[in-house]
Amino acid sequence: MGSREKILQAIKQNKPAAVPLPQVPSFSRMTDDPLNTFVETLTSIGGHVVVNDFSQLKNFLVQQKKDGLQVINGVEELADYNIFAYKTYKAIDLESVDTVVIKGKIAVAENGSIWVTDSSISNRVLPFICERLIIVIDEANIVATMHEAYEKIKIDEEGYGVFIAGPSKTADIEQSLVIGAHGPLSLQVYIV
Amino acid sequence: MNRVVEHSEEAAAFLKDEKRAAWHDETLWFVRAKRDKAAHKVADWEELRETASQIKDHTLSNLDEYLIQFEKKAKENGIIVHWASDGNEHNQIVYDILTKNNVKHVVKSKSMLTEECQLNHFLHYKGMAVVDTDLGEYIVQLRHEQPSHIVLPAIHLKKEDVSKTFHEHLHTEKDNIDPTYLTRAARKVLREKFITADAAITGVNFAIAETGGFVICTNEGNADLGAHANKIHIACMGIEKIIPKAEHLGVFLRLLARSATGQPITTYSSHFHRPKEGQQMHIVLVDNGRTRQLGREEFRNSLKCIRCAACFNTCPVYRRSGGHSYHNSVAGPIGAILAPNLDMKANADLPFASTLCGSCTNVCPVKINIHEQLWSWRQILMKEGYGGFAKKSAMKTMAAVLSNSGLYRLSGKMGRRFMGWFPALINNKLNPWSKQRDMPAPPKQSFNEWYKNNRKNG
Ligand code: SF4
Repeated sequence: MGSREKILQAIKQNKPAAVPLPQVPSFSRMTDDPLNTFVETLTSIGGHVVVNDFSQLKNFLVQQKKDGLQVINGVEELADYNIFAYKTYKAIDLESVDTVVIKGKIAVAENGSIWVTDSSISNRVLPFICERLIIVIDEANIVATMHEAYEKIKIDEEGYGVFIAGPSKTADIEQSLVIGAHGPLSLQVYIV
Repeated sequence: MNRVVEHSEEAAAFLKDEKRAAWHDETLWFVRAKRDKAAHKVADWEELRETASQIKDHTLSNLDEYLIQFEKKAKENGIIVHWASDGNEHNQIVYDILTKNNVKHVVKSKSMLTEECQLNHFLHYKGMAVVDTDLGEYIVQLRHEQPSHIVLPAIHLKKEDVSKTFHEHLHTEKDNIDPTYLTRAARKVLREKFITADAAITGVNFAIAETGGFVICTNEGNADLGAHANKIHIACMGIEKIIPKAEHLGVFLRLLARSATGQPITTYSSHFHRPKEGQQMHIVLVDNGRTRQLGREEFRNSLKCIRCAACFNTCPVYRRSGGHSYHNSVAGPIGAILAPNLDMKANADLPFASTLCGSCTNVCPVKINIHEQLWSWRQILMKEGYGGFAKKSAMKTMAAVLSNSGLYRLSGKMGRRFMGWFPALINNKLNPWSKQRDMPAPPKQSFNEWYKNNRKNG
């Protein structure tokens, strides 16, 4: 008997009598103002949020390029929409990328996270290998809780999806918070 | 029986450095306080815990069917599924995948399962280089140590230790103890490893039966960098990590990070369902004693654990004895329940390394009755003839851990907090912590005197 069968049989033998699956209750939304709660929460975990000022982002990107920094952009409404050119690039060829701009699908007020997927990031390594990550999100797509988020998302619709909540961080050295661990050193979110 | 005494011996060694032990105690209590704050912010926290607990109870009662469903869906998604009865088979499976693909360099993100199976050792003997990429794990790997905490692997170390280790291995400036400087140095070295490795090994936090995918939670982004930068991704998971449906992720992700560190969610909650183009994605489903634990009625629901470590942070014994004293890959109260299932004799001391104060049970996000299970293990271990020695060993721990006057001077607030729980203890032969006549004389002050004094102060 192979391990698969051995394991399954042992479970059958040892598992308790059937326990019913509970309904997930409708939990409190915890906020009447998802936009403000989202901004507050994301700011408290190290993100930088700009509401309703798309021109600020445009100017920022112009300056980045002037400074000779590599920008990869996945937002159609901005100049140089080039993210899909990098779809098959290897990590080793993306090491010098400074800024990546992508579109978020759903933002969650209770924890400041934003759901992004394969179709908006083009290459899975991009949101992790860049120094600066910028996510643009539509105000209408801010939900209150994770329960609401999962109602809107089909997690297996695409091969990969991730909730991103702030810049990468660690506190592994004496519990001192350091922003910028292996992933981006900063996260800016533009709500439009 | 020589390992049986380890918890008390290691705990005593840990406590020798009074200042460091007090720091450990206070820092973990601070993490526990952050957890409380985060939990109190969530209006339906208790209902959330209850729902999580019931989902897990249900899942365990139907685990075989959910694993079959998961396997089928995962295969449809293009993921290659493997089954391993024990740690050795798991290691062999991983090794075979690596050699078949000519892999030389592997990056690994945090996975307590691979620690449990001692995968690093196994691969090392076979001549394969594995780099742990979680910063805390990287630090302990460089020092040839084990993680001492499942969420904060290097919590037993001070920044001076890290500085020394990095100076030695990464040639950072001597005596530069700035955490940002040290973190950036590791980032630079590990970046190189990520992009030049051939394969990535990760753990799994949740696997979803309904969709055949899995979720990994990290703050550093190391699991993602590894998995996305490499052409082979091997995810290793214990069979108890299954949850039935995607909507259940809402429940568990709301609980996990809040319970672990007090964050509302980890920075990354990554959902993997299909490999990227040209990539191999493997998942190894591991038993290693879990089906046996499923059959032990009184310990079954230890399999509900989501490895948040809240029970570690709140435990007065863990905080004062350090993770290494548990001589098991998972330390703390939950480790003390899981370890005797793996090796009753070698781990007989662990269920006695507790005051049974019940604080662990109160904070557990999936409502595992941790302290009751520790109690049950004691009864079984006594019956099996392992108890006497272990009990003695535990009392030695207590003498050191709970009566160290220096520690209490440095953490008076916590001492008082502990005393708040203490009266709940029952005077019984299975709780040596509360029994005076069995007690070795603790340093400076008898336990009873100490108890009386502290009770007055509390
Ligand atoms: S037993 Fe409960 S509190 Fe302890 S690590 Fe597991 S889930 Fe967390």
